Amino acid sequence: MGGMHDHDPHPAAPPVSRALRLGIGGPVGSGKTALTAALCRSLRDELALAVVTNDIYTTEDADFLRRNGVLSDDRITAVRTGCCPHTAIRDDIAANLDAVESLEELHRPLDLVIVESGGDNLTATFSRGLVDRQIFVLDVSGGDKVPRKGGPGVTASDLLVVNKTDLAELIGADLAVMARDAGAVRGERPVLFTSLREDPAAAAVAEWVRGVLREHPHPHHAPHPHAAASVNEP
Amino acid sequence: MDTRLLLLADSRLPAGGHAHSGGVEPAATAGAVTDLASLSDFLAARLSTAGLVTAALAAASCSFAHSSRDHAVVRAGLGGQLHDHGGEGGRDGEGLWRVLDAEVDARTPSPAQRTASRAQGRALLRVARTTWPHPALDALAAHSPRDHAVVRGGPREQLHDHGRWGGGPHHPVVLGAAAAAAGGTPRQAAAIAAYGSVTGAASAAVRLLGLDPLAVQQALAVLADDVDAVAARAAAEPDDWAALPAVSAPGLDLLAELHLRSEVRLFES
Ligand SMILES: Nc1nc2c(ncn2[C@@H]2O[C@H](COP(=O)(O)OP(=O)(O)OP(=O)(O)O)[C@@H](O)[C@H]2O)c(=O)[nH]1
Ligand SMILES: [Mg+2]
Repeated sequence: MGGMHDHDPHPAAPPVSRALRLGIGGPVGSGKTALTAALCRSLRDELALAVVTNDIYTTEDADFLRRNGVLSDDRITAVRTGCCPHTAIRDDIAANLDAVESLEELHRPLDLVIVESGGDNLTATFSRGLVDRQIFVLDVSGGDKVPRKGGPGVTASDLLVVNKTDLAELIGADLAVMARDAGAVRGERPVLFTSLREDPAAAAVAEWVRGVLREHPHPHHAPHPHAAASVNEP
Repeated sequence: MDTRLLLLADSRLPAGGHAHSGGVEPAATAGAVTDLASLSDFLAARLSTAGLVTAALAAASCSFAHSSRDHAVVRAGLGGQLHDHGGEGGRDGEGLWRVLDAEVDARTPSPAQRTASRAQGRALLRVARTTWPHPALDALAAHSPRDHAVVRGGPREQLHDHGRWGGGPHHPVVLGAAAAAAGGTPRQAAAIAAYGSVTGAASAAVRLLGLDPLAVQQALAVLADDVDAVAARAAAEPDDWAALPAVSAPGLDLLAELHLRSEVRLFES
């Protein structure tokens, strides 16, 4: 390793190919699991997929995905977060990394691993050590003021999804206001409006994911920075 | 204690500890821990049982990590261990890590706790190898059981074979080796382990029961002398690992098993 070693905290990694890691975060009930299920349904025939859920109380989300048969049981893993869903995706990603790597080891080669965060508040965001890209899911029923409130999920996520547009009229939420406010803080970063009720395949979001995968060296990507530090990969 | 060891003892160490309650969640569910008084009793009991065993294993691991840096030292200095534990792979440092692993298993009768210990061991190993590279940590990564019996899931969660999910080194063993890698002594490794055996559980209680964090901090301060005494006792290295403390806590074991089977779990363990 020579002189480089002093500057590189990670031992030289074996050329392990790995999947793209996609985080899906957002407030409680905004539609993260519904979106995860939709992406699995839309992409499972063209991509090798696995999912990690971070339930707050139970294995509700994992159970939902299993019940709906969007992926085989052994491609879905639930991680518990000790009352702190944001800690598990941001400050201490150990359990999620472990789950992602275990799924990859079991099903190698995978193209895409989705990590669904437990429902949290607007300040939650995924660590770059855990995911390559992140989607933040809001829903219109929280009111059209939410994009204006900002927070790292709204401003910095790679894709902002505003879900449940079918409810906008009932709630009295103005989608144009949401689009304008989101655009103001997000610059070039994309925003998609969805109704997973009306479009259970989430076609536009699936297309965005395909685009991300095209950008990345496909089908399998560079070793993750933490890969070399994990067990049994000395 | 220097900064490297403070980093290792810090609860913000990103090694997955925040999702383990040390038995507090099932104890709270069972009504055994409800307030500050019952938490204090729980912590004292945890310290003198699981805390002592964990600290002694961490001290032994730290000591071995220092000596195994050089295999020649291992062969010359630990001849007794080699003879006593011989067997497959028992002739070098790697084989002895497996012996120490078996000593942890022998002191951890609850399968749920073994699984939790290995999960935390894997997570800590990842952080430690990134932060303080050391041959003992590499040896642990390469020579720990890969496929351990997987114990997961309650009635709602199906059991899946997750390959290495259940494998990897035990937490106290990694903690001892990490302390060595960070330049610590066995006594310091024992101190960090004993300290962690009560602080993690106390923090879980604050989150689960809404206890006053200032009052819980004070309860920990009351325990401080006991933590130090346990660490000192744990660092008294016996000639043979088989003679390390093996205090059992059947109540904690049962709670860990109940927890795994309960419908609602916020914490892994
Ligand atoms: N009307 C309407 N309901 C939706 C839509 N998308 C999801 N839902 C419903 O909203 C509820 C919550 O959806 P989930 O997908 O479970 O939300 P989540 O973000 O995963 O929730 P947590 O994981 O609990 O934070 C469910 O009852 C869904 O059926 C939508 O586009 N329109
Ligand atoms: Mg969900």
